[in-house]
Amino acid sequence: MDLELMINSFPKLLNAAVITLKLLSVSLIIGLFIGLFFAILRLNKNIFINRFAYGYSYVFRGTPLLVQIFIIYFGLGQIEYLRSTVLWVILKEPYWCAIIAFALNTGAYTSEILRSAFQTIKPGIIEAGKSLGISNKVIFYKIQIPIAIRQSLPAYGNEIILMMKGTSLASTVTIMDLTGVAKYIISTTFKPIEVFIVAGGIYLFMTFIIHNVIKFLEKKYSFN
Amino acid sequence: MELLAFGDTGWGDELFRATLMTIAVSVTAMITGFLFALIFTPLKLSKNKFLNFIANSYTTIIRGVPELLVIYLFFFGGTGAVMFVASIFGYNEYIEINAFITGAFAIGIISGAYSTEVFRGAIQSIDKGQFEAANVLGLNKFGKFFKIILPQTLRLAIPNLSNVWQITLKDTSLISVTGLVEIMRQSYIAAGSTRDPLFFYSFAAVLYLLLTFVSMKLINRLEVKYSRGY
Repeated sequence: MDLELMINSFPKLLNAAVITLKLLSVSLIIGLFIGLFFAILRLNKNIFINRFAYGYSYVFRGTPLLVQIFIIYFGLGQIEYLRSTVLWVILKEPYWCAIIAFALNTGAYTSEILRSAFQTIKPGIIEAGKSLGISNKVIFYKIQIPIAIRQSLPAYGNEIILMMKGTSLASTVTIMDLTGVAKYIISTTFKPIEVFIVAGGIYLFMTFIIHNVIKFLEKKYSFN
Repeated sequence: MELLAFGDTGWGDELFRATLMTIAVSVTAMITGFLFALIFTPLKLSKNKFLNFIANSYTTIIRGVPELLVIYLFFFGGTGAVMFVASIFGYNEYIEINAFITGAFAIGIISGAYSTEVFRGAIQSIDKGQFEAANVLGLNKFGKFFKIILPQTLRLAIPNLSNVWQITLKDTSLISVTGLVEIMRQSYIAAGSTRDPLFFYSFAAVLYLLLTFVSMKLINRLEVKYSRGY
């Protein structure tokens, strides 16, 4: 055990953890909107819209995140047309490519979580809203969405933790996040175990915090 | 299309072999995972606090730390560990471990943590009466486990194990960082030499989709087989 290395690398890894958290929070926020959008499409009765939303979630859940990042980062740059548009400002940055991939990926999982939450809402609750003369739009925003969010909290908490682990793949497109810095230190010092303990400890700490925040929210918004 | 031709002109045969490699690594990792689950599930269910602690640490750490970090640990640390053990036996030459073994082992440990949780959940949800009935019938430990508990555990565990299989299959793409030529690595090589990353990575995505699709169909059959009588 090289304690000195562990102590020295701790601040570097902690700084890198901030980048991991940034990647995580930005992609979760964008992903939540994507997920909500596709969950609503899934509830649509039009078969084409429905199939399209299902296809989106099937493709993004059936392929590894690494492939998705590589397609966006290495693949899209190949299209000449894209290079001439404003989009290129975003797509040439590995940081934004990673966020786009993460957001689309977590969006697919979130849409599944939200869809099943919408489908488990008891029809009686919606009927109660209707009988009070509330418009469909208000029922959707004020009744269905809050209940669905409460229902999906436990599953969404798991998704946040999976996504946090997923952000480690950003290191494959040159972003120095927690895993990226850990790999750099390992490959320069050849002390994998020490670095793993420190970096793994930081990840576990973040998992622990997320887990408890979700638990707190679950309690706060429980029906009883 | 000529990019996918078999033989020297295209990448068809290389990608086909890479797909077989992905399947081989996934299956090996899944089986390694089962072996880990076989050790850690009884520890989780044990009444001994210390054994509980060991098993809980295993599943918590592995499920809370990114897969890539675990792979780096084994990729950079595996050789050192093996050489250390070898030096105890007096062998001091450099030993290089095969990328396949390192990768399958690393993914196997990850997959094992998920399998352990699945088996624990399945065994815990079997009715107590089943254990008692097996005792009343006078079955020995062996018969009790293989004839009564295991078939019921499998029925409850298969849907969740199919999720573990999907996770394992997708995780094998991460082994490409160690240089093992599976789908992802082969696509990387092909993309680099033809300068057509969009095509090859999209094709890799199609291959993965195909693998998940086919394996889901096969697992559904197993599910039907094990839920006979329900």
